[in-house]
Amino acid sequence: MSAHASKVDSDALFRYVLRLGDLSLVLGQRLGEWVGHSPALEEDLGLANIALDLIGQARLLLTYAGEIEGRGRDEDKLAYLREQGAYFNAILAEQPNGDFGQTIVRQVLIDAFQLELYERMAGSRDERLAAIAAKSVKEVRYHLRYSSDWLVRLGDGTAESHARAQSALDLLWPYTVELFAADDLDRQMADIGVAPQLSEVHAAWSVRIDAILNEATLKRPADRPHAWHGKRGQHSEHLGYILAEMQYLQRTYPDARW
Amino acid sequence: MSAVSLRGDERTAAAGVAAVSEPAARVAAAWPLLASVEDPEIPALSIVDLGLVRFVEVGSDGQLEIGLSPTYVGCPATEVIRRSVQDALRQGSVGDFKVTTVLSPAWSSDWISADGRRKLLEYGIVPPDQSVSNMRDVLRGTRPLACPRCQSLDTEMVSEFGSTPCKALHRCRACLEPFEYFKCI
Repeated sequence: MSAHASKVDSDALFRYVLRLGDLSLVLGQRLGEWVGHSPALEEDLGLANIALDLIGQARLLLTYAGEIEGRGRDEDKLAYLREQGAYFNAILAEQPNGDFGQTIVRQVLIDAFQLELYERMAGSRDERLAAIAAKSVKEVRYHLRYSSDWLVRLGDGTAESHARAQSALDLLWPYTVELFAADDLDRQMADIGVAPQLSEVHAAWSVRIDAILNEATLKRPADRPHAWHGKRGQHSEHLGYILAEMQYLQRTYPDARW
Repeated sequence: MSAVSLRGDERTAAAGVAAVSEPAARVAAAWPLLASVEDPEIPALSIVDLGLVRFVEVGSDGQLEIGLSPTYVGCPATEVIRRSVQDALRQGSVGDFKVTTVLSPAWSSDWISADGRRKLLEYGIVPPDQSVSNMRDVLRGTRPLACPRCQSLDTEMVSEFGSTPCKALHRCRACLEPFEYFKCI
C-alpha cells in the first residue's frame, strides 16, 4: 500500500459503509416479515433473533456512515428518509421471502458472505469498521449455523423439501454474482486496506457453500453474467415495497419518537 | 447520545491516573452502584457479573466515564441497561458522568464472572462454555449439556435461538423440562 493510496476519501467510505449497513437492514426487515407466520414457534424466534442482530449491525453501520458524511444524519434519518436509489444493498437481500426454503437459501448465501467478509474486515485499517466486523462476526456464526442446519434438513429431507430447496437455490443463485462483482468502490476500499479483496471473500465463500450444498444433496447452479446493480442504487421492484412499509410511520409523522 | 468508543478494558490504566484521592473515591463509589444494576432479561445477574462494565475512570475533563459493552448488537436490553446505569449513578455521589459504548474488543461470554456463572445456573440457565475461540467448535460443537434441574445429560437442543438472542432453548429428556443455555460468543 503506497502512502498516496492510504488517504481515505470520505465520500467513498460513506457509500461503502452504507452498502454494508443496507444489506443488513434490508435483510433484517425481510426476516421480520416472518414474525407470527413461521412454520413453528422456534423458527419464529430464530428468524426474529437473526433479524434483530442484523438490524443491530445496521444501526452501528448507519450511525458510522452518518458521522463520516458529517451532515447531521443519524441512523434513523438514513434508514427512514432515504429513497430507494440511495440504498446500496446487493439485490439478493431484498428478494421476497417465498416459502421457508427460499428464505433459508437466501439466508445461507448471505450469512456465509457476511461471515467471510467480516472475518477479514476485523483486520481493517479503519478501526471503527474493524470493531463492528469483529463484533458482528460472532453473531453471524450463529446465523449460519442456524441457516445451514436448516438447508441440510430441507435439501436432504423429503422429495418435496428437496425439490423446493433446489428450486429456491436455482432462483436466487444468479443474485450472488453481485455480492462478489468488485466495482471501483470495492477495489478502492480494498486497495487502501479498509475492506478485503472480494475475490478472496468469494473463494472462501465458495468453499463453504460447496460443503453445505454437498451435505444438503443440492446441486450448485452455474454462475451467469449478472445485470444487477443494487450496490449502485439500481434495485429490483421489491425494495420500494419494503421501504414503503418500513418508512411509512416516519414519513407520515415526521420526527415521531417512542 | 450514544457515543461509541473503541477503547477496551482500561480499568488498570485508570488506577494509575487516580493519584488524586477525589477521582479515586468517585470511581470506588461507582462500582457498587453499577453492581446494583440488574440485567433486565436475567435479573439474577448484575451488569458487573455479566462483564458489561469495561472501565470506570475520571477523564481530564473531570467527568466520570463508564464504558459499557453490548452483549449482542441488536439486543434491546442495551438501551434499558444504559438508562438503569444513569439512574443508579444519580443515586450516589459520583459527580458528573457519561456512559460510553465500547465495541472493541467485542464482548465475550468469557467475561461473565465465576459468580455470574453460578448465579446463572441457580437461575436455571446453563452457563456458556468458556474460551471457545475456535470457530469450528462454535459452528459444529454440540457437547451434551447437563439439565440444570435434574443434572441428566440426556438433553437436546430445541432451538438455536431462545427468548433472547443470547440464549438457546434446550429440553431434558429425563425430567421433560425445557431449559435455556447461555450461548458462547
